Amino acid sequence: MSAAALTCEIVIIGGGLAGMTMAAALGSAGISTVLVDRDTAETRLAPAFDGRTTALAFGARRLMQAIGAWDAMAAEAQPILDIRVADDNSPLFLHYDHSEVGDDPLGWIVENRHIRWGLLQRLGALSGTVTHLCPVMANHVERAPAGVTVTLSDGREITARLAIAADGRASPLRQQAGIATDRWGYGQQAIVCTVAHEDPHNGVAIEHFMPSGPFAILPMTDDAEGRHRSSIVWTEKERLVPYYMQMDSAGFELALRRKFGDFWGRVSVLPSAGAASGNERFTYPLGLMLARHYAGERLALIGEAAHVVHPIAGQGFNLSVRDIAALAEAISDARALGQDAGGAEVLARYERWRRFDVATLAGTTDVLNRLFSNTEPVLKLARDLGLAAVGKVPPLKRFFMRHAMGTVGELPRLMRGEPL
Amino acid sequence: MPAISDTSASARSSVDPAEIARFSAIAAEWWNPHGKFAPLHRLNPARIRYIRDRICAAFGRDPEAERPLEGLRLLDVGCGGGLVAEPLCRLGATVTAIDADPQTVGVAATHGREMGLAIEYVATSAEALAAEIAAGKRPAFDVVLALEIVEHVSDVDFFTGTLASLLGPGTLLVMSTLNRTPKSWLFAIVGAEWVLRWLPRGTHEWKKFLKPSELARSLETAGLTPTETVGLVMELTGSFRIEPRDLDVNYMMLARKP
Repeated sequence: MSAAALTCEIVIIGGGLAGMTMAAALGSAGISTVLVDRDTAETRLAPAFDGRTTALAFGARRLMQAIGAWDAMAAEAQPILDIRVADDNSPLFLHYDHSEVGDDPLGWIVENRHIRWGLLQRLGALSGTVTHLCPVMANHVERAPAGVTVTLSDGREITARLAIAADGRASPLRQQAGIATDRWGYGQQAIVCTVAHEDPHNGVAIEHFMPSGPFAILPMTDDAEGRHRSSIVWTEKERLVPYYMQMDSAGFELALRRKFGDFWGRVSVLPSAGAASGNERFTYPLGLMLARHYAGERLALIGEAAHVVHPIAGQGFNLSVRDIAALAEAISDARALGQDAGGAEVLARYERWRRFDVATLAGTTDVLNRLFSNTEPVLKLARDLGLAAVGKVPPLKRFFMRHAMGTVGELPRLMRGEPL
Repeated sequence: MPAISDTSASARSSVDPAEIARFSAIAAEWWNPHGKFAPLHRLNPARIRYIRDRICAAFGRDPEAERPLEGLRLLDVGCGGGLVAEPLCRLGATVTAIDADPQTVGVAATHGREMGLAIEYVATSAEALAAEIAAGKRPAFDVVLALEIVEHVSDVDFFTGTLASLLGPGTLLVMSTLNRTPKSWLFAIVGAEWVLRWLPRGTHEWKKFLKPSELARSLETAGLTPTETVGLVMELTGSFRIEPRDLDVNYMMLARKP
């Protein structure tokens, strides 16, 4: 062992949103944690690093608050007050108005870089408990019955009771552990950009189902110049994506206006702040991926290392937040009883807790996408009637809304806004 | 104490050799939560929480503290693989753990070392340890645990007498065992051993199980004061919870040494 060995209880591999949130949750519970992050903070906060926004459901915001990260991002969070779901060329609209389930917004749209900023602020405050190592890679992770040893690219070693894989959809840790995955491609990609529109959105999010896939308009906060902004997640058939991506700015703007419509006045595509003009659009592949297991010996998977779902219901990160809340609670409860923080009981509890939730949500979003990315007339009629029916039966609708808000089911304490 | 026969106390043993051989064969299985000791792993959260809280109440500690049992001298009699000794060590207690079977103690000590825990494991009997205390070779304990063990000893009164002599004044004894009721025969023998096969057949002898009243009487005879008896009830999920009134199958008993 090298002289610079670090000893902690939990080591997290991967400094994305999931890894940072996990570190803040564990640190807030006083659990000594090392976060291994390959990028510097500056890289991760740069607008060009990630142009996406994230929908934080109500439960996810409560977790952010419970772990002390919300205040630093609150000013940049746009509350969603109404969700309108529309089918292509159909007069039937489904309204989700927040006042039907209480006074709280249905969720918040936050740019990823602002979530990162909030989390980085919190990790800085937790520096006595959480060690954020960056930029550094985990070269080798050795899992043994009694613990984990991580060898870093700078030669240092970390020993811990548990390794948490927050290393993304291609998760090297998951592959090393031999955990198989199930995957389904949709033949779709998401084109993501930010637009300005003349009229304010009043907190309204729109999910427009089109044959190529859902076209989502998500309300953002006004920018520094007071422009009203929305974030676009435009799902498109894979083969058509290069065509849209190669268009010049004017051509892309025209194509977007045709999709968007003019109900909020004239729409223009905004360049990403600080980025070159060509960087106004980003693409992300879409697919469904589920790991067969959420844990292995001395290893737990969270976030996209464990599951990638279709963004149709805006649930990807909220699912990760549920992983984080469940795993943090299992670890914290075990420690309070003097149990091994990375032992088989903790991991079995985590796996039981997550398996059902993730499988249910992945199935639902998959069915939604298959149902709505289709022009077959019978299906179209069925979904027209289905949308109208959900809108006309308040208890059913409230149930769906509460589920989308992340407040249904057996919730971990952090998602109820309680400390660990 | 019952009258002691012509054998001296230190030479006499409450250990039944046939029982030791059975446990030795499966010692390596101790730390496999899905193995033969799965029922103990499932019992553990409920009973560790109860033990932690009751020790804290007895010694004026805060159970929510990082190491609530810091500095307390604790003995685990019949420690097996260390399933109880390890958590209590992490909670701060200074733990001595004994088992009559050297192989089991070897398994437990190896595991404890790998976990970085300073637990004193000794392959010995409660009687031998009591003799060391009587001879002034080691101090008496603040807390003695005898969990899932009294149903395996051959002379209950002798065993509880020994436990009493391991404790210093004003200290705490924690026991857990199985009641002798039709329900415990159904659950612990028919259910756990025959049907579900959680335990190897023959692990328990129902006739050796003690009713709470019998155990309490034995503890009183040993000069201890029973203070609380609670049940441990299995839930549908297979985990256990403390149930103060349902003592029909598993139960725990606390006693103070005045």
